[in-house]
Amino acid sequence: MPTATFPGRFDSLAAISKFIIDSAKSAGLDDMATYDVELAVDEACCNIIEHAYGGEDKGEIECECEVTDEGLTVTLRDWGEAFDPKEIDEIDYSKPMEEIGPRGAGLMMIRKAMDDVEFVFGEDGNVLKISKKK
Amino acid sequence: MEITTTSHKRCTVVKMDGRIDSNTSPDLKKSLDKIMEDGTYKIVFDMSGVDFISSSGVWVLMETQKACKRWNRGQLVIATPNERISRSLDLAGVHHFFSIYDDITEAVGSF
Repeated sequence: MPTATFPGRFDSLAAISKFIIDSAKSAGLDDMATYDVELAVDEACCNIIEHAYGGEDKGEIECECEVTDEGLTVTLRDWGEAFDPKEIDEIDYSKPMEEIGPRGAGLMMIRKAMDDVEFVFGEDGNVLKISKKK
Repeated sequence: MEITTTSHKRCTVVKMDGRIDSNTSPDLKKSLDKIMEDGTYKIVFDMSGVDFISSSGVWVLMETQKACKRWNRGQLVIATPNERISRSLDLAGVHHFFSIYDDITEAVGSF
């Protein structure tokens, strides 16, 4: 199972994407499904850096890719602050553009791009497990 | 990653290549802010060379659009996004805030 650890910095994002794309291709995902995973992982890693760690260079991000019969499962682990996903409101697009802000956009995109999204907050870090079917 | 800016008679075209993520979106924001500081609010963003955009990039475009549309002084239009960029805009739920053109000449001609 390919696993890699990256520094929690925004300049790690391109390398993380490359790692994900290689695994998605091994799992047999098509180009758009691969892009969905690449995007979801990027959003999740940004949330880890910005919110769990509260900035760059505060901790690491462990990334594990599991090729399954159905597709690809990516597990991201960090050791920053936990959060309650239920407390993140969905963006209300019925509001005028001036009143809409970016808070929650990343989480919303992860949920829409992936088939399964599971958060586990425990003693051994914060874990996000996301799966995409072929 | 490279950002180029070309002034036309009625609008300015901004072109960026590569990835727009949290590492590179601040550079895009600087370029777009500079154009607006110089008094231009009719902007075409040529995305033909962009192969990835995350929510941080999408929100740079949203904040620029808010500023451009203020007092009806202009707008940011998107030109030649590929399938991946359209997917990001769709997942972010912001497609409907932008006029999107498949042809750069048509986008420039819209102003």
